[in-house]
Amino acid sequence: MATEGLQENETVSSLRDEAETLKGKLEEERAKLHDVELHQVAERTEALGQFVMKTRRTLKGHGNKVLCMDWCRDKRRIVSSSQDGKVIVWDAFTTNKILTSSGDGTCALWDVESGQLLQSFHGHGADVLCLDLAPSETGHTFVSGGCDKKAMIWDMRSGQCIQSFETHESDINSVRYFPSGDAFASGSDDATCRLYDLRADREVAVYSKDSIIFGASSVDFSLSGRLLFAGYNDYTINVWDVLKGTRVSILFGHENRVSTLRVSPDGTAFCSGSWDHTLRIWA
Amino acid sequence: MQDDKAGGVMIRTVKSFLSKIPSVITGADIVQWLMKSLNIEDQGEAIHLGSLIAAQGYLFPISDHVLTLKDDGTFYRFQAPYFWPSNCWEPENTDYAIYLCKRTMQNKARLELADYEAENLARLQRAFARKWEFIFMQAEAQVKIDRKKDKTERKILDSQERAFWDVHRPVPGCVNTTEMDIRKCRRMKNPNKVKKSVYGVSEDSQTHSPVHSLASTTKQPAKDDLKKQITLLNIQLDRHCLKMSKVAESLVSYAEQYLEYDPLLTPQDPPNPWISDDSTFWDMEARFWVAAEDLKKRPLVEVPGKVQETWQEFLAPGAPSAINLDSHSYEITNQNVKDPGRYTFEDAQEHIYKLMKSDSYARFLRSNAYQELLQAKKKPENEQGRRTSLEKFTRSVGKSLTAKRLTGLMQSS
Repeated sequence: MATEGLQENETVSSLRDEAETLKGKLEEERAKLHDVELHQVAERTEALGQFVMKTRRTLKGHGNKVLCMDWCRDKRRIVSSSQDGKVIVWDAFTTNKILTSSGDGTCALWDVESGQLLQSFHGHGADVLCLDLAPSETGHTFVSGGCDKKAMIWDMRSGQCIQSFETHESDINSVRYFPSGDAFASGSDDATCRLYDLRADREVAVYSKDSIIFGASSVDFSLSGRLLFAGYNDYTINVWDVLKGTRVSILFGHENRVSTLRVSPDGTAFCSGSWDHTLRIWA
Repeated sequence: MQDDKAGGVMIRTVKSFLSKIPSVITGADIVQWLMKSLNIEDQGEAIHLGSLIAAQGYLFPISDHVLTLKDDGTFYRFQAPYFWPSNCWEPENTDYAIYLCKRTMQNKARLELADYEAENLARLQRAFARKWEFIFMQAEAQVKIDRKKDKTERKILDSQERAFWDVHRPVPGCVNTTEMDIRKCRRMKNPNKVKKSVYGVSEDSQTHSPVHSLASTTKQPAKDDLKKQITLLNIQLDRHCLKMSKVAESLVSYAEQYLEYDPLLTPQDPPNPWISDDSTFWDMEARFWVAAEDLKKRPLVEVPGKVQETWQEFLAPGAPSAINLDSHSYEITNQNVKDPGRYTFEDAQEHIYKLMKSDSYARFLRSNAYQELLQAKKKPENEQGRRTSLEKFTRSVGKSLTAKRLTGLMQSS
């Protein structure tokens, strides 16, 4: 009926206004706590010395783009997937649950043995492209990033979104927790990587340069969290000083987009996979 | 995708050369401009970026099909906005056929087909055998249109057109920069968008020039979504947050604390296996295993001390000989250590044993050291060979005590 329709519209627009007002208030509140920049506090930290990193291994053998890879937790071996096949990576020693993200805008928690959907997470306004579990075994949260430019923190038990961050200007392709679990980094099509702290509930650093104009596809931290490795669509890997916000090194070698990147479990090296069909191990 | 294409607006300086090569710039100039405007310190970086901008199709070498940037006097030209990748071109093979066909109709040396182009043309002729007459006619029409243009303008347009096809039908072996991330393909295909023909060829249901509006991928928030958003915002407002200074302090301290254990920042002892090609770093597992075995034989009074020592050496955060345990096993061991006993490390030991058996021991069997051993001995009996190889393996780990115990273990399994 006509009147009902009118009420519907009013409700939606008044809700939208309410949301906007709250967003404004939230920004104000957060700004009050913004008393210093991370890189200023990091001034007291010794600068990193000359940083040299090379390809130590090149793994050839895939017939098409390498899309993603991971290290086996207990074996220092690498599992990778390519566009010419399907691969599912399971870690049989730690857990029989896996977390997936989807083009329908949701994340899902599955019990692998029973094939049951345990929990579903709704909240992203567009495709979810990436996710990462909080480091602690006793933790029960994960972070997801999507095409809606948002990064969201979820409680796996309740299925609720606990925190949300929206400062990127384009798709978020990769998210990874800082080793302490108190913060996480993201890589985006807007050519920047950013660091968000969960306790401050805000972005605390942006890693960008005028000369970096291609999207970041994949990010990971070194063992101490001091370095952030980021693979880009311009075929390079940039190494960032997480605390000081500066770029420490740029690594050339791949002949097409870097699509995936992971630091080994013992932190001795990291592996990058690319559309050039190869994987490289850097140390 | 639009962000990738931002390079199109970057370069502005264009020089007109005195002789008959219209509208060009040198590679060196481009590199210089990039370094200045984007604060690039390393020339290699500027060349790499410039090459990518060329590979994407925003500028091109006038005398080469391969789209790359050279830091010298090689001449480059800017691509016409009509041909920019940001227009989301997906040219069909019919267009490509028309293009190659018309090239063969014109008697100019600079328009001669390269080998790979001639091959492509032959393939297309076979594929489009039935409608080749149509394609031929279209090509003739294009040639007529081109002839009407000013000679200089034609030179420029011809080169731009060629560069366009170098992007969409690259030289074999070159990266095809039009390839898209399959996860994002769905968003690129706007159902309302009509596929545009480069030469305005209207086929089938194609009518007007399309509107290149990328489909809005973010759903319009419904009432429920808004309510959820508002709930979340209120939760966030109520949350007690820390000041930036506190948070920054915490992050800085964490990184500083673990700096010395970060193998990529601080040289470790034993050294990083990937750099030194020495896997002793990973042989820590054997030493841990031996220590855990040793613990089982200790008098009770010594047990708590030994447990602590072993924990500190191999497992505690920042341990000097940190072993690689999965988080589940680590948690169990962590708990066990609180109530120390002879079998505190049993679970971890089992895990490490499995790891050694399949990983480092297996690698040893494949190693040169073992192969040499087999050659030297030439003993066919498996058992003897294995015993010897076990000894050699465990010796390679270091201590003779370790070797004897490990040998004993392997033999008993």
